[in-house]
Amino acid sequence: MSTFSLIIKQIINGLQLGSIFALVAVGYSMVYGIIRLLNFAHCDIIMVGAYIAWFFMTNFANMPIIAVVASILGCTLLGVTIEKVAYKPLRSSPRISLLITAIGISYLLENTAQLVLGAAAKKVPGFFTAETIRIGQVTVSTASLVTIAVLAVSMVLLTLLVQKTKLGRAMRAVSEDAETAQLMGTNINGTISFTFAVGSALAGIGSVLYCCAYPQVSPTMGSMLGLKAFVAAVLGGIGSIPGAMIGGFMIGLTEVFVSAIGLSTWKDAVVFLILIIILLVKPSGILGKTVSEKV
Amino acid sequence: MKKKFNLPVRQLATVGAFALFLLLGNFLMAKKIIGLYYTKVLMVAAINMILAVSLNIATGFLGQLPLGSAGFMAVGAYTSAIIMRKVTFVSPALAFPVCIIIGGLAAALCGFIIGLPALRLKGDYIAIITLGFAEIIRIVILNIDSALGITLTYGASNLKNIPKTTTFTNAFIWVFIVCYLVSALMKSRHGRAILSIRDNEIAAESCGINLTYYKTMAFIVYAFFTGIGGALYAGYLGILNPSGFSFAKSIDILVMVVLGGMGSMTGSVISAAVLTIVPEILHAFSDYRMIVYSLLLIVVMIFRPAGLMGNKEFSMDMLTGLFKKKAKGERSKK
Repeated sequence: MSTFSLIIKQIINGLQLGSIFALVAVGYSMVYGIIRLLNFAHCDIIMVGAYIAWFFMTNFANMPIIAVVASILGCTLLGVTIEKVAYKPLRSSPRISLLITAIGISYLLENTAQLVLGAAAKKVPGFFTAETIRIGQVTVSTASLVTIAVLAVSMVLLTLLVQKTKLGRAMRAVSEDAETAQLMGTNINGTISFTFAVGSALAGIGSVLYCCAYPQVSPTMGSMLGLKAFVAAVLGGIGSIPGAMIGGFMIGLTEVFVSAIGLSTWKDAVVFLILIIILLVKPSGILGKTVSEKV
Repeated sequence: MKKKFNLPVRQLATVGAFALFLLLGNFLMAKKIIGLYYTKVLMVAAINMILAVSLNIATGFLGQLPLGSAGFMAVGAYTSAIIMRKVTFVSPALAFPVCIIIGGLAAALCGFIIGLPALRLKGDYIAIITLGFAEIIRIVILNIDSALGITLTYGASNLKNIPKTTTFTNAFIWVFIVCYLVSALMKSRHGRAILSIRDNEIAAESCGINLTYYKTMAFIVYAFFTGIGGALYAGYLGILNPSGFSFAKSIDILVMVVLGGMGSMTGSVISAAVLTIVPEILHAFSDYRMIVYSLLLIVVMIFRPAGLMGNKEFSMDMLTGLFKKKAKGERSKK
């Protein structure tokens, strides 16, 4: 294989990984935008989604659509439940309490999964019958193309939802100023729950795509993925949907290229280094806008 | 009017009570009433107390939530362990206190490097940036040998043969020193500045408090004491592996601080002791330990965010106050 096609292949791999990061990052970004919470549990929602996908794929291997739908529904339900049970009672408490609760939820999900399903990784059967597609000189896996396409469609739909619908307007209003939005007649609790539902549904899609890319699930699979996705969200600018996408792609490509030059053991360190640098140089991220503090 | 003892009297009484505790502990160990196993448990409890008290500076007093305790601990542990292994010309017992302080200083340096950018930002960035930093530390310790072709940390194949110099007595002496220094700091004007930042950043800033300076200072103190805890941990284990300093370790310490009450040093000490000793007694339920911890975090935050002690301190004044109240209550009943 020529160097050129090798590079193309790595770029496609990077975009695939980046798409998964982007889907997860959007969830972080939306929740952070609306209640200023770094939702640690988000990464474990992905883990649960992946386990649901694994369960349905091992039992109904010939109908992947069941696994996809079940995963998305399961994640949505879980996300909304977490919000209602754990975050809603804390709406008026200090942010640090909310953050500690989020860590608690994340730990609870992780350890429950470990206790119920065992710590060992489980193999997920393949989703596609045709593993690879040949385009000219380059052979790419079906999963990569599907992942990138799914991301593109989800992002378009999400942008339409946020920009064009009434619920989207409510979401933007609450994240701008919750109190004023309430005075204007927005149902704050409903809007926040809806945001969690959308974010978690995207996490569900992300978890299925993750299973396509790396066909195994384990209780701790979410934590690193989630952290990197958060780095992607910060890099692109918290609260911005195109920002999350750009951030996801950048982190995905960085990771793939760091691995490609033979430093795969250092790839996590590089990602966190990017986080530290971006927070030093431009804390609002690439597309984020600086918000002045209200007194 | 509440009658207070004079400061020297109170300090002497504290030192006396502490000396009595050490003597009693050593006596019980010599008589084998506390076996070797529980001596070790007590040593771990002491190390956890140091870690919890130092995290409490950042979480309880400063109001930030760093999740990188394990990283600073690893820096302290590896620094002191590597020096301890190299220094063979003096007896380990003599070199140990110096190594502990060097370990603490190394962690403090890391705290400065990471705290300065992180603390300029508002919000939850401090949590994620310290978490990322702890991960970087772990990866560096794991891979630095193969990357540079040296033998320093031994990566995944354990740093072995560290002199086991942590004992019951010196571990608790360090607990005492750390608690004394922290309480002295918190009663000084610097401590009050830190508390005012927690209560209201904007008001504190408009009173002329340099936010970045005091935040970074509190953060460095946190990193320093966590490094000391890590160094003691190295001297206790005698063998180090980077996997021991994962995110889970940071969460363990956070649980102690939250349950003890954010902002209460004595609360942290008590809950560190309880959360170390109780799981050892209830060994049969060790599978459920982490689930119980996470449930405790959630339930405490929802129903009693103040934790065990709130931001009150356990002190002799509180004890005498309690007795007086009781006596008064009995008298009024008669």
